[in-house]
Amino acid sequence: MSVNGSQRVDLEVVANLIPPQSRVLDVGSGDGSLLELLQDTKQVDGRGLELSQRGVNECVARGLSVIQGDADKDLEFYPDKGFDFVVLSQTLQATRNPKLVLDELLRIGNRAIVSFPNFGHWRVRLSLFVKGRMPVTQDLPYSWYDTPNIHFCTIRDFVNLCEELGATVEKATALDAAGQKIGLSMPWWFWNFFGQQAVFLLKR
Amino acid sequence: MAALRAGKTNNEADQPSSPVLRFGSDKPLKLDAGTLLSPFQIAYQTYGTLNDARSNAILVCHALTGDQHVANTNPVTGKPGWWEVLIGPGRIIDTNRFFVICSNVIGGCLGSTGPASTNPATGKPYGLDLPVITIRDMVRAQQMLIDHFGIEKLFCVLGGSMGGMQVLEWASSYPERVFSALPIATGARHSSQNIAFHEVGRQAVMADPDWHGGKYFEHGKRPEKGLAVARMAAHITYLSEAALHRKFGRNLQDRDHLTFGFDADFQIESYLRHQGMTFVDRFDANSYLYMTRSMDYFDLAADHGGRLADAFAGTKTRFCLVSFTSDWLFPTEESRSIVHALNAAGASVSFVEIETDRGHDAFLLDEPELFAAINGFIGSAARARGLSA
Repeated sequence: MSVNGSQRVDLEVVANLIPPQSRVLDVGSGDGSLLELLQDTKQVDGRGLELSQRGVNECVARGLSVIQGDADKDLEFYPDKGFDFVVLSQTLQATRNPKLVLDELLRIGNRAIVSFPNFGHWRVRLSLFVKGRMPVTQDLPYSWYDTPNIHFCTIRDFVNLCEELGATVEKATALDAAGQKIGLSMPWWFWNFFGQQAVFLLKR
Repeated sequence: MAALRAGKTNNEADQPSSPVLRFGSDKPLKLDAGTLLSPFQIAYQTYGTLNDARSNAILVCHALTGDQHVANTNPVTGKPGWWEVLIGPGRIIDTNRFFVICSNVIGGCLGSTGPASTNPATGKPYGLDLPVITIRDMVRAQQMLIDHFGIEKLFCVLGGSMGGMQVLEWASSYPERVFSALPIATGARHSSQNIAFHEVGRQAVMADPDWHGGKYFEHGKRPEKGLAVARMAAHITYLSEAALHRKFGRNLQDRDHLTFGFDADFQIESYLRHQGMTFVDRFDANSYLYMTRSMDYFDLAADHGGRLADAFAGTKTRFCLVSFTSDWLFPTEESRSIVHALNAAGASVSFVEIETDRGHDAFLLDEPELFAAINGFIGSAARARGLSA
């Protein structure tokens, strides 16, 4: 369910948040890149949930523990706090009910890690402001009528949702267009403007 | 001719052409029916070598009409073993690496105690005097066989259809003895529709006058017509409409025109008749009743207060489930409900649905995606178990 056209520069940022030997559920595990990275470098006990059957079959053939399922429907079957970390990378904006999904992540995992493309990025704003058209960028290559990304948000929007769900932001990282971390000292508005992607570590 | 074939099957039942383990009165088999089966025997085959740590054993569980001859020429039919595409030297389940065990289930007719076996109390075949056998009874017997080999923990238990039910039962009843489990094209319970099909088959057998209330051996007969009809009906459920149409369409059999009669005008009719006729040569009719009944009675959730997740509570076994898109006997939803239960139990589980039009029988066929999934799962489980490649 990787619905972002760019290189997954967020994967290493996500991986760095996870200590060795953790129990990890990767929701929207795609081709299994993150699970494989975590298994090889952190020896985690990793599981995946992936929407596309082709992605699942490839993962299982590579020895990864992945099942076919839908983040909107299938998270309810997981027990409370069954994992140390639940990861949702580049998938939140493609879910039908992001609020419910985020709520489920916080229930299932001791911590949730969420990465998403920032719709508040200046290129997006510029496209809408200048061209008056829905933005199509290298990062978000779909047109409005065929995009799987139905629930875009900005970094500010996401922070608000976290507050609404009673989640604490333990760590947040914004990546600029080059995949470089934006300095921690920068204020939220700066992140929201220059961050192309964001990675949040949450706890409730 | 019928008597000759009857005699041949009967011999396999008591004196199988495979190794057999006999349990005397000191080791009875406890049955779910509430009685003890004693003495009894298990006929089995093994392939490869058990390593010193006894950690490389794979138990293969066979389906409704399968047998222990999973990877060798079948002594009754002369055909290749039923899963030779998967199991053997250099195959996906490599017998140069793993010690593979496959036993005929209790209630079967190829050498493990079943209705065609001689009842020591009467000197005649058990017939319907054998208590009804359950999936759990079969697994209990297999566990005694595994004890015989001194194997504490099986590296993997795998099987399709009724074999998959045994895999689930193994993982549920003996979780500490199953490192990994691979149930394919199966369900945690038999659906109403599946029980219905089985009932049609049983009624066909019992309606045959040669069945004689199950005592056909004593009359020198076998209910071949009834059993053949049962097999024909069942065989349809193993395929799919798309596959039948692809293979046979409305093609006529060795003729250019309809005959306006009830001969096998269509290829599909001829095919089914052939399936029915060859089946009765290798299978015992009473055993067919017992095998179908065991599947009907299977309901793993019911055995655990109605909650399937409780059947796997605290399990450390690694699971991989496989279903096929065109399987209408055990549709994907059956596997998915097991996956949800395993998720709820916090189990390690993979689940693959494979796109094919070959129906339920796809698990027995050369399906590259199935083999890729099994290969990936077995490979990673072997690494986790510390088995060298």
